[in-house]
Amino acid sequence: MKYVQEFRDPQKAQGLLAAIRALGDQLTAERPGPIKVMEVCGGHTHAIFKYGLEALLPPTVELVHGPGCPVCIMPRGRLDDAIALTQYPSVILTTFGDVMRVPGSRQSLLQAKAAGADIRLVYSPLDALEIAAAHPDRQVVFFAIGFETTAPSTALTVLQAERQGIENFSLFCNHVLVVPALEALLSHPNLQLDGFIGPGHVSVVIGARPYQVIAERYHKPVTISGFEPLDILQSLGMVLRQLAEGRCQVENQYTRLVQATGNPVALAAMARVFVVRDQFEWRGLGDIPASGLRMHPAYARFDAEAKFTLPHGQVADHRACACGEILQGVKKPWDCKVFGTACTPEHPLGACMVSSEGACAAYYKYGHGRPHPAPPPRRLAQV
Amino acid sequence: MCLGIPGQILEITDGEQKLAIVDVGGVRRGVNIACIVDEDHPVESCLGDWVLVHVGFALNRIDPEEAQITLDMLEEMAALQATLADPPFGPIPAQG
Repeated sequence: MKYVQEFRDPQKAQGLLAAIRALGDQLTAERPGPIKVMEVCGGHTHAIFKYGLEALLPPTVELVHGPGCPVCIMPRGRLDDAIALTQYPSVILTTFGDVMRVPGSRQSLLQAKAAGADIRLVYSPLDALEIAAAHPDRQVVFFAIGFETTAPSTALTVLQAERQGIENFSLFCNHVLVVPALEALLSHPNLQLDGFIGPGHVSVVIGARPYQVIAERYHKPVTISGFEPLDILQSLGMVLRQLAEGRCQVENQYTRLVQATGNPVALAAMARVFVVRDQFEWRGLGDIPASGLRMHPAYARFDAEAKFTLPHGQVADHRACACGEILQGVKKPWDCKVFGTACTPEHPLGACMVSSEGACAAYYKYGHGRPHPAPPPRRLAQV
Repeated sequence: MCLGIPGQILEITDGEQKLAIVDVGGVRRGVNIACIVDEDHPVESCLGDWVLVHVGFALNRIDPEEAQITLDMLEEMAALQATLADPPFGPIPAQG
């Protein structure tokens, strides 16, 4: 497949890995512990595990898996609201498959569907609009979820509903924003990060410029990266090079798709349909100011939160679950008491185990149930 | 969730609604191309474009020249590595 296969060449990966090793050695020569670089996006986390990149890295360089999976950070209260929507007899709830197994406080959407709720999986928000057009007697709500990558698609779908006069369509809007979440992470006293691999497809929409704040205010290098294994290795090398040269800048490895100012059509659609919420709750991270989107008042007739009464409960995370610390990069999945025992992909307690992009699900699936075995102790020569 | 897949626009099915058929890894599917259309790049000029497809929308065009520059950089890095036969990657010199 064009633009995919050529970025998976193992020969070239060897060259990149050698460069990473050299930079890692140089950077850790005079400091304890490895260089820690966070890949923000869940898509990167998935690719890193799928291609086994972590095992190829030298011990001087560690990847920390960030909170960039919109399924993983959806708080239980919002799931409860979605399930409450399905209790309206008129409602057909439409959603991406990713959120079906996320546990709410009492059940998941999958369990609600099994109990008779009218919940339908769609590939695109446009599919949800088609369902609305085909069922004028029903209220079709689209459970809108995702970062800036996905928000333009739902915004354009609302604009199309307006054009076509489809009034029985609305959004339950849960879109979230990347940069405010990174700022919240960077303000956390426990966090020890040296730099970021920036989300590629979010940046296709918002551009490279919004990350300037990370470089300027928090003095961390950022490299926006593509999703193939060579993209990720090259981006990691670029972050390390910035550190080695004492620079903190926003660099762009994914130039084939990302421009400095993003996609103007997508941004305009978002600005028309959405406004930034004062705050939004992230599972494990709590309330983060200006980190979510809601419907613009001019589009209130397409806003499920205005059309229907919802409980809007704030529900604490499961007690045993360490999702919060894992999303902050403070803990690894195997540090969680219930990882792989009470919490598995079939029966997830926490959201990091639900989505294939969650750190816990990736560790579980790709066999990272335990820390990498420590190198065997060097034997003293027998005398 | 942010998964995007490269595809090539094969056919414009509805110029007004900006809908196209895109070949995504051998599968033909309907895609909304509103985000890649502007005055400089009208709907009819999109035929043959390589785009990134995400939840039924083309998010952006893939720039073939930039893709080649990235690949060339990767090539250079691999080649550079091949010439770096010295430590820390080269053979450890035998101790006298």
